[in-house]
Amino acid sequence: MSDAKKFMYINRKAPYGTIYAWESLEVVLIGAAFDQEVSLAFVDDGVYQLMKGQDTTEVGIKNFSPTYAALGDYDVNKIYIEKESLEARGLTLDDLQHLVWEDEDEDWAEKDSIRVVTSAELAEIFEQQDITLSF
Amino acid sequence: MSILHTVNKSTYERDTLEACVRLAAKGGSVLLIEDGVYSAMSGGNKSSVIENASDLSFYVLGPDIKARGLSEDRLIDGVKVVDYKGFVELTVSNDSVSAWL
Repeated sequence: MSDAKKFMYINRKAPYGTIYAWESLEVVLIGAAFDQEVSLAFVDDGVYQLMKGQDTTEVGIKNFSPTYAALGDYDVNKIYIEKESLEARGLTLDDLQHLVWEDEDEDWAEKDSIRVVTSAELAEIFEQQDITLSF
Repeated sequence: MSILHTVNKSTYERDTLEACVRLAAKGGSVLLIEDGVYSAMSGGNKSSVIENASDLSFYVLGPDIKARGLSEDRLIDGVKVVDYKGFVELTVSNDSVSAWL
């Protein structure tokens, strides 16, 4: 595992209007299969990707939002939401899906994957990454 | 002459809605579709774009707000929800359609 790199995926687009959100999720899942240390950040309109209760039946597009709940099973459990982006859109954490993961080291205790962070905190987290991919 | 304006971009990402509101004549109709529907939510720091344009009528496409997990009861006051049939009705009841991208 010593050669594991820190990957940060920055998500800035709303889902469905463009393909970026779905493409990012696919790349994240592929990357996670290679035992890298993966983090996701949702900023700007990217925060809309995690909205609860998405129902695409009437628009004829695949609803990929349930897939985010599977990230924990792929050891993707560092999901950062920029506080400023949420607030600008009149949203709170309650508007987003509740994403969790199970900690193997603590008898599979269920833990929250989402952390709401400020822009300044996120900037520092970005500094610690080896590779940043932007969608 | 009445125009139906459609806007399909989020006002948090592009200035499309602001341009449309600035350039639409009084009494015009604006239908928000696709990512444009995010602009119709209350409580955001861009909600004022619609709130201040009281001489225009605003509509959102219901299937697009459902797809995005948005709730009708959080729409800005006065914004009306239409379905695909309503989209067609707006199209025929106006003289022309202007699609803002």
